Amino acid sequence: MEWIISPWPWYVSGPLISLVMFLLLFMGKQFGMSSNLRTLCSMVGGGKIADFFRFDWKSQRWNLVVMLGVIFGGFLGRYYMTEDPSVAISAATVGKLQGLGFKSAGTAYLPQELFGNGVFGDMGGMLLLLIGGLLIGFGARYAGGCTSGHAISGLSNLQMPSFIAVIGFFIGGLLMVHLLFPFIF
Amino acid sequence: MKTAAYFIIGTFFGILLFKSEAASWFRIYEMFNFQSFHMYGIIGSALFVGIIGTVIIKKTGIKSLFGGPINLQPKEKGFSRYLYGGILFGLGWALAGSCPGPIYTLLGAGYAPIIIVLIGALLGTLGYGIVKDKLPH
Repeated sequence: MEWIISPWPWYVSGPLISLVMFLLLFMGKQFGMSSNLRTLCSMVGGGKIADFFRFDWKSQRWNLVVMLGVIFGGFLGRYYMTEDPSVAISAATVGKLQGLGFKSAGTAYLPQELFGNGVFGDMGGMLLLLIGGLLIGFGARYAGGCTSGHAISGLSNLQMPSFIAVIGFFIGGLLMVHLLFPFIF
Repeated sequence: MKTAAYFIIGTFFGILLFKSEAASWFRIYEMFNFQSFHMYGIIGSALFVGIIGTVIIKKTGIKSLFGGPINLQPKEKGFSRYLYGGILFGLGWALAGSCPGPIYTLLGAGYAPIIIVLIGALLGTLGYGIVKDKLPH
């Protein structure tokens, strides 16, 4: 059981992610997590605001079920398959993060400073999470996919658009971490 | 039956995202600092298996479980939308430390503040739907 309780190494996790992609392909579907965000917008009447949300969202119910599964999987993974959720990031990363004020680096799964419940009393922290979410949602739809749709499915199928999108993901990520973080944190 | 299969696949993916630490903000930060091989190993090995499997599917013309074709649609051609959309997504991925799959995972794992990220992502999607026609694609 030890191998389940400890973090899963990359060479197990990576091939299992492609297994998820193939399982969905064999179900006749495509692997893509961010499309659920559009479906959710349509479900609650987004079609009244923009044509983009006027589509047969019921045809996407299967993916909403996958999404519910992912939520449940997160619950199982955290509460039944993990004893110590702290993430053993590299010593260099811990040092850098402590310099930025992230004291929980190396001892938690997520930074306490952003994802502890204390953030609900911290307007600045909440604003950062909201902006992060806005960029994720807007960017994923603009690019036509996120990490699952482009970096995994699209690149597996050697799609040039996905390659451009993934380069974009990295340009954005590097800009955020190296240029903007020193101003934000 | 099919619904149960989708739920089980999703559950497996959720466990996997949590246990692989791909849903950890710290791992994403570490990746963008090139200070560990972990995330590159995950994406690289997923692609290694993914590319080989996709080639096999194409060469053999294998059908889906229900007899239909395997859905390997090529992505629409383009440049601007992928680059600009990708950059915006990357900025958010690094700031919130999670992409859409991990957002759902962390919700289940009980990290309540991820709800704010999810609300932002829904509003961002809504915003894109509204301004879509004014953007270069």
